[in-house]
Amino acid sequence: MSLVVRIAARNLLQDRLRFIATVVGIVFSIVLVNIQMGLFLSFERMVTTMIDHAPADLWIVPFGTKCFEDPSLLDAHDKSQALTIPGVAKATPVMIGFAEWTVPSGGTTPIFVVGSDQDSDGLRPWNVVKGDSAALKSPDTVAVDNTYFGRLGIDKLGATTEIRGRTAKVAAITDGIRSFTTTPYVFTPLARAQTYMGLPPDKISYLLVKLAPGADIAAVRKDLQTRLSKVEVLTPDQFRARSRNFWLFGTGAGAALFAGALLGAIVGTVIIAQTLYSSTKDHLNEFATLRAIGSSNLYINKIIVSQAVLSAVIGFALAAGIGLVVVAVTARTALPIVMTPELTAGLFLLTVLMCVTSSAAAVVQVVRIDPARVFRQ
Amino acid sequence: MTGPVIEATDIVKNLGEGASRVRALDGVSLALAGGELTLLMGPSGSGKTTLLSILGCMLTPTEGEVRILGRSVAGARPGQLAEYRRDHIGFIFQNYHLLPTLSAVDNVRLALDVRGEPAAAALAKAKDSLASVGLAQKMNAFPRQLSGGEQQRVAIARAIVGDASAILADEPTGALDSENGHAIMMLLSRIAQDRRRGVLVVTHDPRALPFADRIIHMEDGRILNEEYSASINGKRDWFDNVTQFQRPKVPANGAA
Repeated sequence: MSLVVRIAARNLLQDRLRFIATVVGIVFSIVLVNIQMGLFLSFERMVTTMIDHAPADLWIVPFGTKCFEDPSLLDAHDKSQALTIPGVAKATPVMIGFAEWTVPSGGTTPIFVVGSDQDSDGLRPWNVVKGDSAALKSPDTVAVDNTYFGRLGIDKLGATTEIRGRTAKVAAITDGIRSFTTTPYVFTPLARAQTYMGLPPDKISYLLVKLAPGADIAAVRKDLQTRLSKVEVLTPDQFRARSRNFWLFGTGAGAALFAGALLGAIVGTVIIAQTLYSSTKDHLNEFATLRAIGSSNLYINKIIVSQAVLSAVIGFALAAGIGLVVVAVTARTALPIVMTPELTAGLFLLTVLMCVTSSAAAVVQVVRIDPARVFRQ
Repeated sequence: MTGPVIEATDIVKNLGEGASRVRALDGVSLALAGGELTLLMGPSGSGKTTLLSILGCMLTPTEGEVRILGRSVAGARPGQLAEYRRDHIGFIFQNYHLLPTLSAVDNVRLALDVRGEPAAAALAKAKDSLASVGLAQKMNAFPRQLSGGEQQRVAIARAIVGDASAILADEPTGALDSENGHAIMMLLSRIAQDRRRGVLVVTHDPRALPFADRIIHMEDGRILNEEYSASINGKRDWFDNVTQFQRPKVPANGAA
């Protein structure tokens, strides 16, 4: 171990209580940032989960649609018009909207119905853990996610209830299909979705366009846009971006999460700065001795920055451990916190940056030390 | 070593501002030669420590010039002054100023580490230096585990490990008992003679007198007199005449 690191480590550990306070400050700060950013990533995934799982090359959406959950409607005959465009192999309607689920034990709860033809080109449930999505072809059947069993008041396959006064029998159970709005998704065939929502059969929400092999996506998109009125034709990436922008930034939810993360980082930085400053103050005579024997400012700054980095590494390791526990605990809840390798790396860099930034006040203090003070002490 | 290792000419140092301004040094000239142990004595407030700080490149004089190994340090930036200290001057302080979190050998190694010397070579030199002051068995002891005399030996080892041309010591025996004080002065004397270093010791301690090659007496920011001890017997005379020395003296050769 280099002497610089040894001095830094021992300076830190000399006052154990202060060191613990520093590490706790870093841990709280990083866990807070981790949770905020983990929620952001989780929301980011949730708001696009339907778009991510839809087998579409292009989406035909009502003009001005802001997100997947937008209640605007298309005319069903847009499908036949779309099919006339060269390069369009299939156009599969999707119906989405809110409805009321009768909780078997009493009362109702809002649900978000996703209706689509249950063939390979439709928007079908995924991660089916019980039952079979093919069973949705039977009359009055639905698929629900086990995350929302409590909200829906059911606990098993085959449970029966009513949606908008119509029978609904759980024929498939999925795992991990969560909604950003926390309203449970309920999958069902297109016609039944229209019934559950009380909408006529000539109204749909989206058309999922599948291109013929070799078709030029840009040309088909342009043709569809020209031929169909009051619609927009979006690639999945464009629709994802639009959904993300609406939910995470249009509603302020993302800004609130970022603000929380920023606050966490600022509080952490201030705590570390305070403890590093007071630690440096306690070791002023030692730094003055170093100055007296001719060490450069760089050498002394390396000690202080090493103290900051050591605090960062220890604090981050603990915070990451707590973060993993939080991820595990929330994994099966309606608000799971996501941790990715990129987020972990980013948090580590943030921790180091916070700690190094925090050392600025201590560095300024040490640079101003009069080496001749060693004669007066 | 031919010329003086440190040479100060007409040094003036004003401290403070406005009405509280004090002339701490008033035209002091001094040359410290290699192989010579010089005592700098005088009452508190006479300017000894200020002079030591200036000779050690920790303070810059208001007027006058300091030369280290013939090179003027006038106009040097703080970083350059640090380089002079690091490369040419070893310091010994009354309160040792060892880093409490480092072992004896690491405290000594520090003087080489700040120069960027490779760790293995620095460690070997630090061990040699500690052995030369009689602490071969206490390499890994921490300052709190050492007596005052041993801590001062570590500080001496740190001062000499980098082959500094000049050793500046501020009251090195001030916190030590008679036996340890004697041992420290013996060491410093040996360093001056055997290693041909210029050793300047600021002290009030009469026990240091027998070891001096020269004694400079300061008062009110000026050098009152400068006396040489021609031989060991001469040093003994100094020691025997402590009370006489401490009486106010009329400058024999005038202030330098």
